[in-house]
Amino acid sequence: MSWRLSHDGLREVLMVMMVAMLLLLPMVGLRTVDSSSGLGIDLHIAAVFWAVLLIGLGKKSLVAARENIPVIAYPAACVMLLSGFLAPLPTGFLEFFALAGGFICLTNAILMTLRGGRPISKNSFGEGMDVVATKIQAATPQVAWVMFAIVVALPFVFPDRYVLDVSILILTYIMLGWGLNIIVGLAGLLDLGYVAFYAVGAYSYALLAINFDLSFWVCLPLAGILAAFGGLLLGFPVLRLRGDYFAIVTLGFGEIIRVVLINWYQVTGGPDGINSVPRPSFFGLAEFTRRPSGDLPAFHEMFGLDYSSIHRIIFLYYLILVLALVVNFLSVRLRKMPIGRAWEAMREDEIACKSLGLNRTNLKLMAFMISATFGGFAGAFFATKQGFISPESFTFIESAIILAIVVLGGMGSQLGIVIATLLVIGLPEIFRDLELYRMLTFGIGMVLVMVWRPRGLLAVREPSIRLHGLHGKGAKS
Amino acid sequence: MEYFLQQLINGLSLGSIYGLIAIGYTMVYGIIGMINFAHGDIYMIGAFLAVIGFTAIGLVGGLWTPLAVALVLIIAMVFTAAYGWVVERFAYRPLRGSFRLAPLISAIGMSILLQNYVQLVQGARVKPISPVVQGGFELMERDDGFTVNLSYMQIIIIVLTLVLMIVFATLIARTALGRSQRACEQDKTMAALVGINVDRTISLTFVIGAALAAVAGVMVTMYYGVVDFYIGFLAGVKAFTAAVLGGIGSLPGAMIGGILIGLIEAFWAAYFSAEYKDVAAFSILVLALIFRPYGILGRPEVEKV
Repeated sequence: MSWRLSHDGLREVLMVMMVAMLLLLPMVGLRTVDSSSGLGIDLHIAAVFWAVLLIGLGKKSLVAARENIPVIAYPAACVMLLSGFLAPLPTGFLEFFALAGGFICLTNAILMTLRGGRPISKNSFGEGMDVVATKIQAATPQVAWVMFAIVVALPFVFPDRYVLDVSILILTYIMLGWGLNIIVGLAGLLDLGYVAFYAVGAYSYALLAINFDLSFWVCLPLAGILAAFGGLLLGFPVLRLRGDYFAIVTLGFGEIIRVVLINWYQVTGGPDGINSVPRPSFFGLAEFTRRPSGDLPAFHEMFGLDYSSIHRIIFLYYLILVLALVVNFLSVRLRKMPIGRAWEAMREDEIACKSLGLNRTNLKLMAFMISATFGGFAGAFFATKQGFISPESFTFIESAIILAIVVLGGMGSQLGIVIATLLVIGLPEIFRDLELYRMLTFGIGMVLVMVWRPRGLLAVREPSIRLHGLHGKGAKS
Repeated sequence: MEYFLQQLINGLSLGSIYGLIAIGYTMVYGIIGMINFAHGDIYMIGAFLAVIGFTAIGLVGGLWTPLAVALVLIIAMVFTAAYGWVVERFAYRPLRGSFRLAPLISAIGMSILLQNYVQLVQGARVKPISPVVQGGFELMERDDGFTVNLSYMQIIIIVLTLVLMIVFATLIARTALGRSQRACEQDKTMAALVGINVDRTISLTFVIGAALAAVAGVMVTMYYGVVDFYIGFLAGVKAFTAAVLGGIGSLPGAMIGGILIGLIEAFWAAYFSAEYKDVAAFSILVLALIFRPYGILGRPEVEKV
C-alpha cells in the first residue's frame, strides 16, 4: 500500500488549488465597497487563503480515495470537517463549505473502502440511483395516497398562518411543475419562458376582475383560455425550431412579455404592478371578510363560526390543492391517451415520429396549449392569493426555477416533481438563514444533477406501455 | 442627418462590443454544438474585474492612463479566461455525449451560479467607476447646436475590436490551434484519430471566447461607467442574437451580426422608443430564427438520420 499520492495525483491537487486561487483572488479577495469618495476596496485575503486551503484538502482527500490510499483520504477529510468547527474561518459560508465538503469527502472515502477501492463512477452512481428510483416509482400509488392524506389533513393539524403560506407556495410550484412537465417531460421541448403563461394568467385575472367586475370563478377559465391563446401564438412560429434554438426563442418570448408588462403603463400599471386584486369568494356564496361590503353574507356567519382571517388561507390552500390535483389527474390521463403516447414518441425520436405519420405541428401545439392553460390557472391563483402583482414576479429566474423542478425531479415523473419542489422551495424555507446562498446552491445543484444524473433524480427509462408486460403477455404496466 | 450620423457612431461602438461577445457563442456552438448560456455571465465577470482593477489602480495612486487600461485589459483577460476554462471543465465536459438538452440546462445552472456568486462576493449594488478616458472629437454641428461627437472611448472600442478581429482571424486561419479547432468543428472523432487533443482544443476555445468577452466587459465598464451582476443576461441574449443573425458557427458572421444588432438597437432607441429596445432585440432573434435560422453567412443544416 502506498503512503503518498502519485505524481499525477499531486499535480492534480496543486492544479486545482492554483485555479481556485486564480478564480477567487480578485473576485473574493478584493471586494469593492461603496465609500464616501466613490468605490473603495476591502481586502479579504484571509478568506481566499482559507478557501484555497479547504479546496486543496478536499481535493487531496478525493484523489487519495481514488488512488486507494486511506491513510491520506481519511485524515484529509476529517481535518476539513473539523476545521469547520475549530478553525478561525472568516465567513459563515466557509464554515458551511468546510462542513459540507468534509462530510462529502468522508462519505466518499468510506464508500471507497466499502467498495474495495473501486472508484465511484457516473455509471455506478446512475445504476444505484436507477434501483432507488425504480423502487420509489413502483411505490408511487401508496406514496401518493399517504401524501394526499397528509396534505388534506394539514390545515386541521397545523392551522398556522406560516405553515399554510409555505404549503400554498409549494403547491403552486408543484402545479407549475406539473404543467411545464407536459412540454418538457412529455413532449421533450425545452421551454425557458413558461413564466410568460403564468404572467398572462395572473394579469388576465387581475385585469378582468378589476375592469369588468367578474368573479374569480368566471375569471379562472378565462385566464386559462387566454394563456392557452398565448401558447398558441407562441407555438406557431417556434415549432419549426430544433432543441436549443427553441429554448432560446421561448426565453425571448418570456422576456418580451415582461418588458411589455413593464412598459404598457396604461393597462398593466407598469413596474408598479396592479394593487388590490380582488380576493376570491366562497364559490360566489360568501365573502371572507369580517363585514362584507357587497350583498354576499360573511363566511363565518354562514357557517356559524367565529371570525378568523385563517379561513381564507385555508380556503386558498384547498383551492390550490384541487387545482394542482386536477392538473396531475389530467396529465396522468393524457399520458395514457394516444396524444400522450405520441408526445413521448416525439420526445424520443422526432424523425421516426414524422415517418410514422404523426402530425408534429399539432402535437406540439397541443402540448403548448394544455401546458399554458395550467400555467394560466396557476397565474390566476397567484394573483388572487397575493392581491398584488407586478412584472417583478415574472422574471426569467422564475422560469428557471420551474424548469429546475421538472429537470431535477426526473423529466416526466409526477412524483419526482413533488420531491423536487420540496427540495427546491421547501428546504430554503426551513433554512431561512441560508437565504443568501439559496440561488447559489440552486445553480450548483442544477449543474451537479446534470453531470451526475442528466435525466433527473427519479428518472427511470420506463416505457409507459409494454408489448409483453411485467407480469405476462400484453399486460399493461 | 447629423442625428443619424451620431446614432451610427453609437450603434457601431455598441455593436463592436456585442460582436466580441458573440464570437464566444459562435465558436463554442461551432465546435461542440451547444449554446453556452453562461457566456453572458463570463462577460459580466470581465466587467467586474475591470471595476476592481480600475478601482485598485485608482487607490494606489493611479497610473498613466494607457498603461492602466492595458494592465486592466490583461488582468481581466487572464482571470476571466480562468473562469471560462473552469466552466467548461466542470459543467460541460462531463456532459459530452449526454442527451442533447443536458448541456444547456447545465449552462443555465452555471449562469445562475455565476450571477449569485458575484452578487454574494461583490454585493448587489450597482458599481460605478470614475471615467477613465474622457473627451473626444466634435465632428460637425447642426444649426440648432446639436453636435455629432466621436469620443475617444468609442474610437478605442472600434479600433480595439478591429485589431482583435484581425489577430483572431489570423489565429484561426494560420496557427496550429486554429487548424485543430477547424478540424474538431468538422469531425471530432476524426480529429482525435489524426492526433489532435480534442479536449484541449475545446478548452482553449472556451478560454479564447472568455478572453474576448473580458475585453468586451472592460470596454463596457469604461464606456458606461456602471456595472452590476445582472448585465450578463441581457448582453448574453443580444450577443447570442448577433451570433444567430450572422450565421452561428461563422466568425465574420458573429461580428457582422453584432454590429447589426448594435445599429438596430441604437436606431430603434433613437427613432421609436427607448423602452422597447430590448423587445426589438428579442424580436429580431425570433424573426431571424424563424425565417433564416442559418443566418446571413451560415449554411442551412441538413438533418441526417
